[in-house]
Amino acid sequence: MAAQIPKTEPAPVIEARGLDLTFQTADGPVQALRDVNLTINKGDFVSFIGPSGCGKTTLLRVIAALEHPTGGSITVNGMTPDEARRSRAYGYVFQAAGLYPWRTIEKNIMLPLEIMGFDRAEQDRRVKDVLQLVDLEGFGKKFPWQLSGGMQQRASIARALAFDADLLLMDEPFGALDEIVRDHLNEQLLALWKRTEKTIGFVTHSIPEAVYLSTRIVVMSPRPGRITDVIESDLPAERPLDIRDTPEFLAIAHRVREGLRAGHAYED
Amino acid sequence: MSATADTAAGGGIGALGRGLGRVSGAVLPVLTVVACIIALWYAAAIGLNRAWTLDTAQRQGVELTAGEIIADAMSQERPVLPAPHQVAAELWNTTMGEPVLRERRGEYRPNPRSLFFHAWQTLAPTLMGFVIGGLAGILLAVGIVHNRAMDMSVMPWAIASQTIPILAIAPMIIVVLNSIGLEGLIPKSLISAYLSFFPVVVGMVKGLRSPGAMDLDLLRTYSASGAETFWKLRLPASVPFLFASMKVGVAAALVGTIVAELPTGARFGLGARLLTGSYYGQTIQIWSALFMAAICAAALVATLSLIERMTLRRMGLDR
Repeated sequence: MAAQIPKTEPAPVIEARGLDLTFQTADGPVQALRDVNLTINKGDFVSFIGPSGCGKTTLLRVIAALEHPTGGSITVNGMTPDEARRSRAYGYVFQAAGLYPWRTIEKNIMLPLEIMGFDRAEQDRRVKDVLQLVDLEGFGKKFPWQLSGGMQQRASIARALAFDADLLLMDEPFGALDEIVRDHLNEQLLALWKRTEKTIGFVTHSIPEAVYLSTRIVVMSPRPGRITDVIESDLPAERPLDIRDTPEFLAIAHRVREGLRAGHAYED
Repeated sequence: MSATADTAAGGGIGALGRGLGRVSGAVLPVLTVVACIIALWYAAAIGLNRAWTLDTAQRQGVELTAGEIIADAMSQERPVLPAPHQVAAELWNTTMGEPVLRERRGEYRPNPRSLFFHAWQTLAPTLMGFVIGGLAGILLAVGIVHNRAMDMSVMPWAIASQTIPILAIAPMIIVVLNSIGLEGLIPKSLISAYLSFFPVVVGMVKGLRSPGAMDLDLLRTYSASGAETFWKLRLPASVPFLFASMKVGVAAALVGTIVAELPTGARFGLGARLLTGSYYGQTIQIWSALFMAAICAAALVATLSLIERMTLRRMGLDR
């Protein structure tokens, strides 16, 4: 097989083969993931989209070694997820900003740096850098409650970027924000992705958000959680917000919607 | 940057202003309630004490007018319920009217007529007991949160310990400690610690467990150790809970000390004042000791509240 690929493929950042995950609950076993096969290459922006219960968050948590699969294999940077975590392979952004209220923005961003043992001068330098990256210069000394929800989420992205992981895992990071703030943050995230050339895994339940951001969209469906479609986006790299009104954009959004509907059909 | 500094400085002054505004706004309602209580108290005192007045008058064969009955009911030496001004006068005479130290045979010794002296005799073991109980409570809570065996075993015992009437075991604790040579401050503070550790355990367990799954997952993504999770997440998150439970604990510590003084024939302390007062029917002395105990408890809780506000402000948790 490998011989048939002409160009030299870069080593995949994430490679999942036949991944299964079954939770043992009081109501019996629940299959959260079944036979998930997925390859994410360096520099990809991959969105996971699907209704609740489709396992998109679980898949992200398996990549982050927050859950452990019950079958199949998965590698992150060629290592097991646990090893990858210890080698600081990824930064994780949760649905809520999750900033510690007793720490200033600066100190919150320093939290992973303190734990990972960076010296003080290096901590200060990195905090300054990432604050600039997420456009929060001058807010380092503020406490989280003094910032708006969107700014808090940007600070949490800065925290995930601070230790220079190449992979950014984001679990519905803008799900709790209003439409206007979300649009703005989507634009900023694209700019940041282009500048830093990170690989991003992004969980969302918004079709426009997935299509706007991604190079690849993974459509998932529930009971059991599985991948039903993988859509490569042919949208240009330069994406102003009004690209969402172009026929190309709408065509991809349509295909995502069809994929979601197909996954649901057996229930209704 | 300068904007930040301004906010910080202005925050302190603004908070002070807000605090004063809150206090002055509360003055009228508080005074109204106090006035109502005093009025009810006078009515109750007259109602309860007049039987004795009438009895005495009958034995002496004297007819009393209503005004004379009321006046006598409020000025008896050993009333069933002393009138507020009698308690106030006793409080004044035994605090401001008596030196804390007095000269005896050429040296200055504590004056047992001073209520301040008795209050201090109770406060010292209370503070020591509270420190012991508070530390024990925090340590037990840390153990309960981090060790499954302790979680399952300690809490039931802690709850059981609080269901035992302290009045029943206080004399036994005193006797046992006496037999190993401990007396005075230590036994009293241990009983006070016995009552004050419990609220601290309950509050701290709740506080140390207050971080949510997401907060803990975040630290897992950094491969943080258990110690790091404790110092950087659980402990700071528990601080507001700690203060709430310490305020309950310090009041319980004071009760513990007074109770420790009651069955043991202590000569000094607020509990001793209550006890001697009841021996000799000195109801005015009992009530003034009760008020002193309430003032001490209020002062302890107020001090903790002040420390709480300063700490939470420093931590950015007080908005």
